[in-house]
Amino acid sequence: MMEQIILAGFGGQGILSMGKFIAYAGLEEGKNVSWLPSYGPEMRGGTANCNVIVAEEEVGSPIIGKASVLIVMNQPSLEKFESVVEDGGIIIYDSSLVPVKPAREDIKAFGIPATTMAYELGNATFAGIILLGKLLGETNVVSEENFEKALTKILPPKKHFLIPEEMKALAMGRDY
Amino acid sequence: MGEKILMKGNEVIAEAALRAGCRHYFGYPITPQTEVAHYMAKKMEQIGGVFVQAESEVAAINMVYGSASTGARVMTSSSSPGISLKQEGISYSAGAELPMVIIDIVRCGPGLGGILPAQCDYFQMVKGGGHGDYNLIVLAPCSVQEMYELVVDAFNIADTYRNPVVVMGDGYLGQMMEAVEFRDEEPIVKVEKPWATCGSKLERPHNTTTSIYIDPDVLEAHNNKLQAKYREVEKNETRVEEYNCEGADVIVTAYGTVARIVKNVIKEAEKEGIKVGLIRPITLWPFPSASYEKYADKVKGFLCVEMSTGQMIEDVKLAVNGKNTVDFYGRTGGNVPTQAAILEEVRKIAAKK
Amino acid sequence: METVFKRPHGLTDKAFHYCPGCTHGIVHRLVAEVMDELGIEGDTVGIASVGCTYNSYDYFNCDMIQAAHGRAPAVATGAKRSLPGKYVFTYQGDGDLAAIGTAEIVHAATRGEKITTIFVNNAIYGMTSGQMAPTTLVGQVTTTTPFGRKPELHGYPVRVSEMLSTLEGAVYVERVAVNNVQNIKKAKAAIKKAFQVQMAGLGFSIVEVLSICPTNWGMTPQNSLKWLEENMMDHYPLGNFKGKDLEV
Repeated sequence: MMEQIILAGFGGQGILSMGKFIAYAGLEEGKNVSWLPSYGPEMRGGTANCNVIVAEEEVGSPIIGKASVLIVMNQPSLEKFESVVEDGGIIIYDSSLVPVKPAREDIKAFGIPATTMAYELGNATFAGIILLGKLLGETNVVSEENFEKALTKILPPKKHFLIPEEMKALAMGRDY
Repeated sequence: MGEKILMKGNEVIAEAALRAGCRHYFGYPITPQTEVAHYMAKKMEQIGGVFVQAESEVAAINMVYGSASTGARVMTSSSSPGISLKQEGISYSAGAELPMVIIDIVRCGPGLGGILPAQCDYFQMVKGGGHGDYNLIVLAPCSVQEMYELVVDAFNIADTYRNPVVVMGDGYLGQMMEAVEFRDEEPIVKVEKPWATCGSKLERPHNTTTSIYIDPDVLEAHNNKLQAKYREVEKNETRVEEYNCEGADVIVTAYGTVARIVKNVIKEAEKEGIKVGLIRPITLWPFPSASYEKYADKVKGFLCVEMSTGQMIEDVKLAVNGKNTVDFYGRTGGNVPTQAAILEEVRKIAAKK
Repeated sequence: METVFKRPHGLTDKAFHYCPGCTHGIVHRLVAEVMDELGIEGDTVGIASVGCTYNSYDYFNCDMIQAAHGRAPAVATGAKRSLPGKYVFTYQGDGDLAAIGTAEIVHAATRGEKITTIFVNNAIYGMTSGQMAPTTLVGQVTTTTPFGRKPELHGYPVRVSEMLSTLEGAVYVERVAVNNVQNIKKAKAAIKKAFQVQMAGLGFSIVEVLSICPTNWGMTPQNSLKWLEENMMDHYPLGNFKGKDLEV
């Protein structure tokens, strides 16, 4: 199996961290992973994106030509990357921030009002986790167990108290 | 071997240097390699090493020159425009035969260009961007793991041959995170440095670190000595990955990140019945010419793919020596050759009679 | 018979290549005598620069590193940081230090590098045959100011000691001259103190030495000394600018 995931949105939405969560979880699962960020001036208040590959086989190019999954948190990112998704691929988008739905019909699209849901949970930073919940539900990229292990590794100990809530947010996204 | 951990290429460079016994780092900030300096600044202070943020790349390379003169394992890192500035000091270091490791995380040019990945420093590193007849030993990793291993090797090679060694990667290799597995113990080659200018203790005649030889015959002898050393390096240190080359219809050649894209192309091409091989130089100098010679009359043609307008292709053509065609595909400006575009070029060559 | 004068151990027995009347030989000797007196030759690394003193590595008996033009303070920084217990000095002329190497000297000084710089100011480029230096005086004729240095065309001569003494990292700054025996003695005392300041780890130390260049000034050595006294000392007053009272 090989999942080639593009995550994109505005700088500050935690796009790069979401990618890292997946990459770390992939590593926990014993898979091969790569995480490639966009970098430079475009990071300063502009758009941010990263390419994450999780594979059982060796990762060839870390640059994704055709994505199996696209996760977007703003409209410009959807417009930019919609055409990069492979036939039958998946688009997961934050419908609270992306008013115009994907136009393609040869892909599976999941709109989740993640930012609204996160506000209701009292923590805006959970929006990304909610979207990742759908990713875990729709693919076999990583297990929830390994995702939780990855959170424990990446987050500093003083933030570990948040992990149960993050896992709850993940489940909400998965079941939406 | 320890466990696999995820790290950014730039951080791995710094960690590898520390593991190789480097305790002296001098640099100047430039995107996309600054994480090397961040990592060094933190670690060196913690372990009592030396980290100096110089006033310029010019000063940084000369600090490296001074530090290397004392026999220390020393490193600097930069990116293309910064490397241009360092070329003066690099020429002096090659002339004075100083071991040092220089990291170049390449971005696109010319001029201020852009900060996105490129491979347009091949000429200035492999062909010598500074004045005089000299060679740098240039290593080109294609993954974070290989980055680690080659940085450690770079220090050993530098000490062994008393020569600057460059580890060159495109911006993606610096910015990318991949799993890396560190060894419990590094294979550090201990080399005596009786030539070091570190204080004579009045126990020996005074040492001099220099690249100036005013007498023409003395300078020529020095040049001949350097050339003899370079021939030794060519003999002992040439490294290459030949992948899927036996019985290939087309051989694609590329280094760094581009070589990985080519590996994807190989899989795609196979589905169409085209057998594609890859020659990936790991040392850009010394260049693995023998690998090309070996397949020159066995394939329909070679394709050289670079994130430049065609720099390495000159060495590929020299190696193929007119025995076959060498086509080129490249992108610049921070654009990356896509699998689809490379595959299209491969199809054209494969369709030849 | 008692020996009252001999070559200091800090100098090799190689004959200087300097022009007749040049004061580099005196300054070299002073540095060597200081190394002898402090007993630090075996623990000293000198940095030779580019200019007339490019091959001072053949004259000083301590370990020597030859640097690119202007880069001696950066090379010294690297050497000293890697040899924190040793003594590192640069020996630089005015073109090397005050033109092409301005950035390096200013930043080595402001970082407070524990090195000593011997700065020989003779108001002209010697090696390349008499071009204007940053320290060339207004009105002074050189091969690139054939009608005299004019401020409107060539700017003004830079006062290095005054400039560097504004930096916190520079803790000992003194300007001396080697025009007569009395001043030569003072010059030696300043060089010795500069090394002692380095020894004590207090920061950056520099001794600016006003010198003559009879060949490129186009004067006899005697007239050159007179010219130094009558012209250079006005613009470049002798004395300590910083660190006079440092306990070392």
